[in-house]
Amino acid sequence: MASMLLNSMRSCSVSHSWAMRFGKMSSSSVSKKTLARPGVKNIVLVEGVRTPFLLSGTTGLLNRTGVPKDAVDYIIYGTVIQEVKTSNVAREAAMGAGFSDKIPAHTVTMACISSNQAMTSAVGLIAAGQCDAVVAGGVEFMSDVPIRHSRKMRKTMLSLNKAKTLGQKLSLIGSIRMAHLSPELPAVAEFSTAETMGHSADRLAAAFGVSRVEQDEFAVRSHSLAKKAQESGLLEDVISFKVPGRDIVSKDNGIRPSSMEQMAKLKPAFIKPHGTVTAANSSFLTDGASAVLIMSEEKALAMGYKPKAYLRDFVYVSQDPKDQLLLGPTYSTPKVLERAGLSMSDIDVFEFHEAFAGQIMANLKAMDSDWFAQTYMGRKSKVGTPSMDKFNLWGGSLSLGHPFGATGCRLVTTVAHRLKKEGGQYGLVAACAAGGQGHAMVIEAYPQ
Amino acid sequence: MAGVRALGVLSRLSAKRYALLTARTHVNYEVKGDVAVIRMNDPNSKVNTLSVQMQKEMIEVMGEVWADNAVNSAVLISSKPGCFIAGADINMIQACKDAEEVAKLSQEGQKMFEQVEKSPKPIVAAINGSCLGGGLEFAIACQYRVATKSKKTVLGTPEVMLGLLPGAGGTQRLPKMVGLPSAFDMMLTGRNIRADKAKKMGLVDHLVDPLGPGLKSPEERTIDYLEEIAIECARGIANKKIPLRKEKGRMQKIQDYIMSFELVRNQIYKTVHGKVMKQSKGLYPAPLKIIECVKTGVEQGPTAGYLAESQNFGQLAKTTESAALIGLYHGQVACKKNRFGTPEKEVKTLAILGAGLMGAGIAQVTVDKGVHTILKDTALAGLARGEQQVYKGLNDKTKKKSITSFQRDSILSNLTGQLDYKGFEKADMVIEAVFEDINIKHAVLKEVEAVVSPQCIFATNTSALPIKEIAAVSKRPEKVIGMHYFSPVDKMQLLEIITTDKTSKDTTASAVAVGLKQGKVIIVVGDGPGFYTTRCLAPMLAEAVRVLQEGVDPKKLDALTTNFGFPVGAATLADEVGIDVAAHVAEDLGKAFGSRFGGGNVDVLKTMVDLGFKGRKSGKGCYVYQPGSKVKEVNPEIGDILEKFKMAANPAVSSDSDVQYRLVSRFVNEAVLCLQEGILNNPLEGDIGAVFGLGFPPSHGGPFRFVDSFGADKLVEKMRRFEAVYGNQFTPCQLLLDHAKNSSKKFHK
Repeated sequence: MASMLLNSMRSCSVSHSWAMRFGKMSSSSVSKKTLARPGVKNIVLVEGVRTPFLLSGTTGLLNRTGVPKDAVDYIIYGTVIQEVKTSNVAREAAMGAGFSDKIPAHTVTMACISSNQAMTSAVGLIAAGQCDAVVAGGVEFMSDVPIRHSRKMRKTMLSLNKAKTLGQKLSLIGSIRMAHLSPELPAVAEFSTAETMGHSADRLAAAFGVSRVEQDEFAVRSHSLAKKAQESGLLEDVISFKVPGRDIVSKDNGIRPSSMEQMAKLKPAFIKPHGTVTAANSSFLTDGASAVLIMSEEKALAMGYKPKAYLRDFVYVSQDPKDQLLLGPTYSTPKVLERAGLSMSDIDVFEFHEAFAGQIMANLKAMDSDWFAQTYMGRKSKVGTPSMDKFNLWGGSLSLGHPFGATGCRLVTTVAHRLKKEGGQYGLVAACAAGGQGHAMVIEAYPQ
Repeated sequence: MAGVRALGVLSRLSAKRYALLTARTHVNYEVKGDVAVIRMNDPNSKVNTLSVQMQKEMIEVMGEVWADNAVNSAVLISSKPGCFIAGADINMIQACKDAEEVAKLSQEGQKMFEQVEKSPKPIVAAINGSCLGGGLEFAIACQYRVATKSKKTVLGTPEVMLGLLPGAGGTQRLPKMVGLPSAFDMMLTGRNIRADKAKKMGLVDHLVDPLGPGLKSPEERTIDYLEEIAIECARGIANKKIPLRKEKGRMQKIQDYIMSFELVRNQIYKTVHGKVMKQSKGLYPAPLKIIECVKTGVEQGPTAGYLAESQNFGQLAKTTESAALIGLYHGQVACKKNRFGTPEKEVKTLAILGAGLMGAGIAQVTVDKGVHTILKDTALAGLARGEQQVYKGLNDKTKKKSITSFQRDSILSNLTGQLDYKGFEKADMVIEAVFEDINIKHAVLKEVEAVVSPQCIFATNTSALPIKEIAAVSKRPEKVIGMHYFSPVDKMQLLEIITTDKTSKDTTASAVAVGLKQGKVIIVVGDGPGFYTTRCLAPMLAEAVRVLQEGVDPKKLDALTTNFGFPVGAATLADEVGIDVAAHVAEDLGKAFGSRFGGGNVDVLKTMVDLGFKGRKSGKGCYVYQPGSKVKEVNPEIGDILEKFKMAANPAVSSDSDVQYRLVSRFVNEAVLCLQEGILNNPLEGDIGAVFGLGFPPSHGGPFRFVDSFGADKLVEKMRRFEAVYGNQFTPCQLLLDHAKNSSKKFHK
């Protein structure tokens, strides 16, 4: 799937954007100052695409855009659950997509912000002058996660390889018991605390006093905004995908707006019976791939592209993986704003990764609390909350789905598209990730 | 040592004064909708106890809640983070004049909880933190229990460890709630049960996860959350949405069916009784009374059961055993405090020299407290063995699920194993646990002082070498101190800290702080040969050797000592300590104190060492130790040695009882002498050191409490009789004689 997506990037048409080449210096309608700094390379997002995020079970993709084969210097992909056979999935995907086998590729992993890491690695390569054009992306196959044999079975099988005589082999085979055969399923659980993410999210919501109703309302909001965006054709980063042996899929298939009554009927999924996190107010795990083409501004313009946005400052943060597992946005947002010299009110577009409705609400409450800012963040006063009129207006992970490794690129591409559509200048992406980590990035609109 | 260890987990029952205020200070309530939230908070203490004031206010509040028509149900919760109710107020029990008064106290408690049990409005106990003794009895009288899954939430009936029984309905309600076997297990061991286990046992109905930081601190928010959930439960029960009678599982039904046979029940009583007798040698009355109360309740009905409970409670409270155990409990609390104040500098890096059993043991109890620990040895093989010991200790905890494998690995990252002195300049304290030889100790001290900072404390772990002799070569004697750990370090609670005249107060404060961090019970004693613990043990072991020479079989010797209440017999103890160590100590102290430390011939021990019988570690000592075999046989070759050194027993002082008192009186006399000479600061530390370090019978509460309860005059009388036969080894010391002359003189008030 990832290779097909790359393929589509490769065949991205160039012709129409030549005209825009000279528009670079013309002042835009927005009066805010640009974040460009002397001596720092401008790095731009040229294009972003993704497959529809599908509920586990379907796969496929069709072409849409293209990139000249030799223009890309490097390829970086993010993924979370790695298939043993394709441990460097970026390389396999690149070759499968017909990119030159002379382009190196590597894979990064950082839980839910893996593709953010892929993008920022690309930014780093370009800023350092190593590369001019990098494809960054993310891919996740939740419908085919590697399931391991039990440790006992693995040990027996490995010893079997070493066994020399038939007698040794037979005695090893004879030692296999029923217990050997039970497989190990990968779980969305923290290694350090053995707590599943949903359980942690439920505790987080409770810690911030987020009610079930608040969570359900936010989930309904996400689904209805996504539905509206889909119907208005705003989700233009989606490219159709042919599922082998089935139909072409061209839409995210997890968007299901429902009523509050229906939402209220669901039983808690993790903490029973008094928990508040349900299947309906959590993001669902899907297959999906996303990719972006990142270039230095000169290179993009030289090649005749019309960049979509500047990628500006970004930060990574990390905190206690037990009790603050999903508070990444609270910590990363003020930090990235400080770096960029902006304030919360300067931002026109917010795209936060919605892992759980309870997690988003908890983050919003944490950002609105002086006590939390003073006690845990070492700040004098609260971070402040983003305006809901600017927040995840085209749906989010709750409604579109959440292929771990691919969500980051979707967030950035959505910000770029929304800035263009809504006429804003600055956008902010923030996300949390397993391990108690978090990320935020400031994106600036490219002058129209 | 089970008895000694068991004492270590004594619950936190605590003493306090009551405020004489008319307004309610301990219990208050607030009505939320149709649910009354009853909050307990003792303003004068860190924990809640069922004191007179608490009970009085609770009865008042309950009355108001029952009378309020707007209230349909209630939640009982503590406002203290980490404590629901830690138990009854011990001082209230001790203040009673006689058994009848205590029995009356018990009946009042029973009555109050009976009203709670029969409450027309369901009461939900919301438990966060310790729920022990009377607290647990209160909780199980309620209709429903919600508990937080926090590590601090523990439920249990620790009364038995204070020589008491659960006297407010516990012996009657627990068997009904968790079944006979589990109830006996809880009440006879007194162990703490964590919330998740309690849920499985049926002791708790509903669990709540502890929360992290939110808009309040984690502790506060967790209590609020617990309250919210408990209110939902209370409302659910009142509306009949939550059933109180749970559908029993198949196993439960089968168990109930089996238990319905009197024959089966009788078999259980018999088995449990047998076990108790075997473990306690009948020296502790409380476990037997617990069995009696449970049996009476089950077989003759609640009226007889509750009566038996209150009367036995009254009787137990006035036994010397209970007084001894409560004394130990108070002593333990006192020895968990640093009377030297806060040290100027916290020890963040601790270096340990010698990765043997002792060194690695010290590392094991240090590294998991977040202290960076350097373990240094001179040989790679020794270091590897030591590191493996630390790993194994942590891994065993992982297997028992008290820590996760991730925590194990992250704890181990605090441990650095090395063969050189690299990084010692950062050490705040160095503890040496090298071989007990003054020359080696001197060499090590000089090496260390050459590499460490001037602020670094040098602690020496020795069981007998005087600290001032070791400190003689030090450039900074004010930074030298003795820290005598007991093996195995992770199991034995005691730490004996030895100060010289030159040791600075800050050095002592720092050593105590480190010991407390390691979870130790600490006594601080003066310097001298054998300090306190080794010095008390040596004469008793010398006497034990003489008893063996007089023809008493090691097994018989063990039986005599354990029957007196020692958790480990004298012969076994010698094997555990190591015959070579015992010989070494006997010789050293013999030189220092002369004939008073005589008795058995040191050559018996030396011959054993020469033949390789060094005790358990060498596989042979008084007994033969075979790996995997639990039955230990007397070492057949020891007979020849004892034959060679045979002494004639004097029948006048060789009855079983006389042998026991010969062993004990020498121990006790030496302890009193330590107090007389100022080695000991106070009798309390003497009792704690003897019980927790040497296994002095807990039922007697330590040598000083033993003198108080047995009578100094009676002890002196016995000693005079032994003195007539054996000489000055049994001459009572002056302080003991003073107490014998004046019966109003007591070590413990």
